Amino acid sequence: MPTATASAPPSSVPAQTLRNAVIRLAGNSQDGIQSIGGFLARLAGRTQHDVMTYMTIPSTISGGPSIFQLHLGSGHVLTAGDEADVLVAFYQHSYDSHIGSLREGGICIYESAEVTEFKNERGIHHIGVPFTAATIEALGGSARDRGKNMFVLGLLCAVYQLDRDKLAGIVSRQFGKKDESVLRNAMLAFDAGYAYPIGDIGTFNFEEGEHKDEHRLSTDGNTLMTMGLIAAGVRYGSAYPITPWSSIMETLRSELPKYGGIYVQAEDELAAVSMTIGAAYAGHLAVTGSAGPGLSLKMEALSYASMAEIPLIVINVQRGGPSTGLPTSVEQSDLLQAIYGSHGDCPRIVLAPQDVEDCFYIALEAGKLAREYSCPVIILSDQGLSSRIEAFTEPDLDKCWVEPMLDIAERAADFKPYPLDSVTRHAPPGAKMASGRYPHVTGLEHDEWGHPSGNPKMHQKMTDKRRNKLIELSKKLPLPEIYGEQQGDVLLVGWGSTYGPIKESVNRMLSEGHKVGAIHIRHVHPMPAKLDTIFAKFKKVVVVEMNDSGMYGYGQLATMLRASLADPKIQSVCKTDGLNFRIREIVTGVEKVMAAN
Amino acid sequence: MSTATLEAPAPAAPPADGKLTKKMLTADHPTWCPGCGDFAVLAAFYKVLEKLQYPHEKIVCVAGIGCSSRFPYFVNSHGIHFIHGRALPLATGISLSRPDVHVFVFGGDGDGFSIGGNHLNHAARKNIKLTYVIMDNFVYGLTKKQTSPTSPQGFKSKTDPTGSIDRPINPMKQLLASGATFIARTHAAQVKHMMDVFERAILHDGFSVVECLSECIMFYEGSFDDSWPKKGGVFETIDETQHDVKDDVSAYKLADQPSPGKFGVFYDVDRPTKNEMEQKWIDSTQAKLGGVSQKDILKKRLEMMR
Repeated sequence: MPTATASAPPSSVPAQTLRNAVIRLAGNSQDGIQSIGGFLARLAGRTQHDVMTYMTIPSTISGGPSIFQLHLGSGHVLTAGDEADVLVAFYQHSYDSHIGSLREGGICIYESAEVTEFKNERGIHHIGVPFTAATIEALGGSARDRGKNMFVLGLLCAVYQLDRDKLAGIVSRQFGKKDESVLRNAMLAFDAGYAYPIGDIGTFNFEEGEHKDEHRLSTDGNTLMTMGLIAAGVRYGSAYPITPWSSIMETLRSELPKYGGIYVQAEDELAAVSMTIGAAYAGHLAVTGSAGPGLSLKMEALSYASMAEIPLIVINVQRGGPSTGLPTSVEQSDLLQAIYGSHGDCPRIVLAPQDVEDCFYIALEAGKLAREYSCPVIILSDQGLSSRIEAFTEPDLDKCWVEPMLDIAERAADFKPYPLDSVTRHAPPGAKMASGRYPHVTGLEHDEWGHPSGNPKMHQKMTDKRRNKLIELSKKLPLPEIYGEQQGDVLLVGWGSTYGPIKESVNRMLSEGHKVGAIHIRHVHPMPAKLDTIFAKFKKVVVVEMNDSGMYGYGQLATMLRASLADPKIQSVCKTDGLNFRIREIVTGVEKVMAAN
Repeated sequence: MSTATLEAPAPAAPPADGKLTKKMLTADHPTWCPGCGDFAVLAAFYKVLEKLQYPHEKIVCVAGIGCSSRFPYFVNSHGIHFIHGRALPLATGISLSRPDVHVFVFGGDGDGFSIGGNHLNHAARKNIKLTYVIMDNFVYGLTKKQTSPTSPQGFKSKTDPTGSIDRPINPMKQLLASGATFIARTHAAQVKHMMDVFERAILHDGFSVVECLSECIMFYEGSFDDSWPKKGGVFETIDETQHDVKDDVSAYKLADQPSPGKFGVFYDVDRPTKNEMEQKWIDSTQAKLGGVSQKDILKKRLEMMR
């Protein structure tokens, strides 16, 4: 899949030009491999290249094996790559666990002081380099393990003939804020790596990036989601720390004061969502967020927000497993919780971003929908998306910026907070009521004035009202575009962060002559109406998602689709190993479905 | 809109278009049982607000779940009736984001000390600017007589048919420990005392709590007779010439007296509110930015990712 045009094994020939390369760095979580990856990813954005990263971190405080994988490309990069072109192994365990991920004829650069044994197989080119010793030598004996990642960065910069000046600039911006000696040591190590005589593997360079005339940014999903929230007008909120959500709340906590806002670290998840509902009731666009277990704890209050029709943004960065599960692994198993969790019939909107760039726009859309439909909007991100870095075109703030607003103008004499014949509009505290009658907001079933009502007819009418607004929304949502064949044998259906891998799988299957297409559902609840018109164009529909196929053999989105469309041709390809989909896993899964009857 | 553009309410300024009257504040007739102590709390609240003359639209009543938590429906003001135990965090969200309104929170002993117990500690330590009135009746009334966290040991209920075993919470001691800046106890049958305490609590700049002993006539009749002179008890008030309300050790000793104990203000100190501290942070951050528009702040932030 990652198609290095270089044929292996490389030798001492002039630099070869590549369109794509996948680099896997394997070490322990404190070796600084994430910063190597981060620097390279930022460089990609600045050289108009595309990038997608992938990392695993152990859910321990320190130590433990960890990897950082980086897919660099001149054109559009859709995945972090199934297999690596270059593996950098810091330890024997890194070597043993990851040599299998290297493509045939790939290059393995290993720490020669740590890795002693290797199998000479599949044409893999092995290069031993004393990372630590060379770093110590470069820094005059004062360095320990700390600088070796910078040494490796220099090494990779030389191998791939990257823009050394730009890379050095990024490094100095990162370390420049710290003590002078930190930057000096980092650059010494970097230069030592850059100059290290690596032998006869030759060098590579990248084709010019395809995004020449654009301002490109590169960052991770959580950071960009936070910026999206600010652009959407969010100024208040509250949350409780939990992996992999926390970095959004940390950034909001330090950023919001610049915009006159406040983010509170609450005592627990229940308080967090309650404070957010308080700020929303008070007339602001407010956000709370969490990960799976935290979302469960927020459920009672979310049911309230549906009932009281409070506009609210809730972000759920999904992680693996039920309970505390796999905190640092990826899964998409909170869909049904997001749609149906909590007691009673409590309609809400659920959105899922497809990639890092979309994290920005989905936050904007969530804000708009929350206000327009006066209801909670849940954004389902996931662990993979939260931490991976991608490059993308800078959003045009002049076009999408939403000025925050608080409407405390006097409400007319006929104001009703919960009119049956139109959308709910609240009068926040501070708004004078011309009628002299002040509104109550409640989780009890209520009449049009927010007054508690146990009247059976009223409960039916209000339930209809809360549900119908979502039905109205589903009619307005555009049908997703079909990628690949517009009709044919198989339609792949995905949601959330599987967007790239599914598209890449379609590319591969198209190249193998299959008649396949794919759609991506970004509005997962409500879904756009008339999806069946798309399904009708294909013989089979395969829903690809990272959750369990459960008792009845269908993943969570597939269950929703089967329930709403009653279409027996909808099948599932599911997995729950805590890792992002590889292309070959999707292709194999789809082929199995095609082969069945 | 940032909070900086909202002006803090001026408590004593009468509304431009006439006086706030009890009539303007009354809404539905309360659903409480005849004889419930909560009626007196409601009446005292109307009277204090009438005295303070707050702008009508700037009064917000917040409550959780329970008999007393129906309070917002009986006050014609902005009101929100939330889920069980979470009134305080909800009120925190309102208070921090809306410095221009007065936030009042009402609840009972279950809502405040049991399901919402954790929130009480945290609202207190954060010193959120709001007034919290707990109508404590030592029993779960809405659910028809189960043991409450303040039920005395030996109290017979449906969940403790042979008498309550667990030691009751001492709200005054707990609130002192968690850092509340205004703590008082009053009695629903002592309307004058109750009004004085409410007024001081409301005017306190910070997190103020009033525990108001409010008898549940249906499920715990006579619970507060020993502090009710009409019923043969003694209503002992705190003598502030003898007790320094700024002295937490002395307040702790007062709080430790055996039931029914003393009534009045146990503790009343000034400490910066979270509202104030957050606004300071906002102001200094914005001063450093020097009038750059919000959109441009974000533009610059995005440029850092280039």
